[in-house]
Amino acid sequence: MESLGNVIMYVIIALTIIVFSVLAVTTKKILRSATYLLFVLLATAAIYFQMDYEFLGATQIAVYAGGIVVLFVFAIMLTHKPGEDAEPLTSHKRILGLVACCAGVVLCGVALFGYAKFCSQTLPSMSEFNIDRLGQMLLSTDKYGYLLPFEAVSILLLACIIGGVVIARKR
Amino acid sequence: MFGCGLYGFITRKNMIAMLISLELMLNSVDINFVVFNRYLFPAQHEGMFFALFAIAIAAAETAVAIAIIINVYRLAKNVDINQITKMKF
Repeated sequence: MESLGNVIMYVIIALTIIVFSVLAVTTKKILRSATYLLFVLLATAAIYFQMDYEFLGATQIAVYAGGIVVLFVFAIMLTHKPGEDAEPLTSHKRILGLVACCAGVVLCGVALFGYAKFCSQTLPSMSEFNIDRLGQMLLSTDKYGYLLPFEAVSILLLACIIGGVVIARKR
Repeated sequence: MFGCGLYGFITRKNMIAMLISLELMLNSVDINFVVFNRYLFPAQHEGMFFALFAIAIAAAETAVAIAIIINVYRLAKNVDINQITKMKF
């Protein structure tokens, strides 16, 4: 059985994620939506930290909270007048969204309860895993090495930088 | 079991503020990868690496999408999808 503190932390994080993600898609002001998105991303990083994936949590904070949310805020500032509300949705679209959302939740619930019997109650102990091992796995070429996706991602990021500059520059 | 119980609910929001909800969906999928990796196969780390690369690709995708949005705003002076019909066939 996990310790009570872990369970309480988990419940707090899960509630934070659920509440703020619902707020992020239902609020009227788009800038507030971006702020709620920031809270969701930070809570996600907290989940990663709770699962002992420190590097993944740090990446989440650095890339998402540090980069993407700032990018969102810049884009919102550039394309919206301050204080402007989003247009209310038509009811047709809202019903469609609710149906899709319920279908997604049911699908996930079925998948989860299918796997539920495999899940142990406690967090299984992880084989020794630290930054050293992660770096070696990331840059090795043997069976569990990730050199090829690493290089592919670097090329993708380079292409994305050039593409972003080309698209958004003034003519 | 309670480790997997609640995070499935995370995937249930989308469709409205399109790019922001896209980010939310990507994040919920990342959480799925990591949690299944951690609870079902704690000896391996494929899900963790997959989430890592997914974060990098999501960053690239968001940057390009925001560049396109800014360009469209410069051309059409708004970002409402109902009013941008110039490229419609």
